[in-house]
Amino acid sequence: MPAAPFDYEAPATLADALDLLRERGEDARPLAGGQSLVPLLTLRLARPRLVVDLDRLHELRAVRRTPGALEVGALVRHRALERGEGLLALCPLLQEAAALIGNARVRALGTVGGSVAHADPAAELPAVLRALDGAVVLRSARGERVVDAGDFFVGMLTTALAPGELLTAVRLPLPSPGAGFAVEEFSRRAGDFAVVAAVAVVELDGGAVARARVALAGVGPVPARLDRLEAALRGERLESGAIRRAVAERPLEIDPEGDIHASAEYRRHLAAVLTARALERAAEAAGRAIV
Amino acid sequence: MTELRIAFTLNGEPCEAQTAAHRTLLEVLRARGAVDVKEGCGEGVCGTCTVLLDGEPVSSCLVLAARAQGRDLMTVRGLGDAGAPHPLQSAFVAHGAAQCGFCTPGMLLTAYALLRDRPRASRAEIRRAIAGNLCRCTGYTKIIDAIAACAEGAARG
Repeated sequence: MPAAPFDYEAPATLADALDLLRERGEDARPLAGGQSLVPLLTLRLARPRLVVDLDRLHELRAVRRTPGALEVGALVRHRALERGEGLLALCPLLQEAAALIGNARVRALGTVGGSVAHADPAAELPAVLRALDGAVVLRSARGERVVDAGDFFVGMLTTALAPGELLTAVRLPLPSPGAGFAVEEFSRRAGDFAVVAAVAVVELDGGAVARARVALAGVGPVPARLDRLEAALRGERLESGAIRRAVAERPLEIDPEGDIHASAEYRRHLAAVLTARALERAAEAAGRAIV
Repeated sequence: MTELRIAFTLNGEPCEAQTAAHRTLLEVLRARGAVDVKEGCGEGVCGTCTVLLDGEPVSSCLVLAARAQGRDLMTVRGLGDAGAPHPLQSAFVAHGAAQCGFCTPGMLLTAYALLRDRPRASRAEIRRAIAGNLCRCTGYTKIIDAIAACAEGAARG
């Protein structure tokens, strides 16, 4: 079905884009890569009066290194993450996560900012952002604010973005050198959203876990961090089976709901299996990095 | 409703089109006779509307026509035709890789971009590359055979 008619602007500067978004408020929707918004338009699930095409805002394609972190512009495409272009290679977790997004055509056009702002509960990049204790940079005509990922995702497809605000970049604190990471996910068919995805980042100190972080997608309305499990793993030595035991010993602090894709019980099962796999692989990678 | 005039290159030929801003590239291409671009799901899942946008496979149903301004587009006709088929097209014929043919344009363009970037692609890489192109007839094996036959060092595992 064709989209319902809308007005279209493709501002040349961020300031012009923010002015448009402020003036038109809820009537306007920003368009990044279009891989979520365009189907919503053609299915008429979204009917904005105005589409503000961000394609000309080259300033949002920049990747910057800041002390201890990577700042990735909102319009950086999944394809660039997947290929580890330029500074993005500093965070190889992005390559592994981006390779799992949608299909090759989605990755060719889809953007970091679009995925994070769309906030699908099963998407990979919001979970990566949570796993790395990342933050988002939000700009409006009034100024800029930085919101932690844990506060940004507030519900299914719902974020802390206010009317007139635009997500301009994500900030990803870089794990310490030698950190291991892994993304494990299960989807019904190649290219589908994950039923459940687990992102693990493990840092070792002398063979014991200095810090382990796990974020899960697909187990609730927003990506979940497993604080209790992470605390329990601290100081663990990674001899065979330690991670699986730690995961099996305590129920994961998640409360998934069942839907047509998977029952709550199945999601809980997948979460435990994928968490253990991701942690084990991340720990192995961290161990290799030390040797 | 915004009306736009856009100019782009289609299979090497300069083109112009008048379109409302809410139209997709798929709609605009088919309206101007490029019916080798097929409409399947309309949601970016099936891959039959694949075109190359500046050389990269994209779902033309998920690209607003406005985004074609100044860009280079290629459809399956740009690969070759019955008189001068591209080796991939010949291989699809030779291997019986098309049945109803509806997925074929998207399959060919996806395969073309894969082998351009990875001329020695393995069968596993081919399977991964076409994972976003659905075929409801062939069972995929003959499509993979045809693409593999065009890879350098053909028939590698």
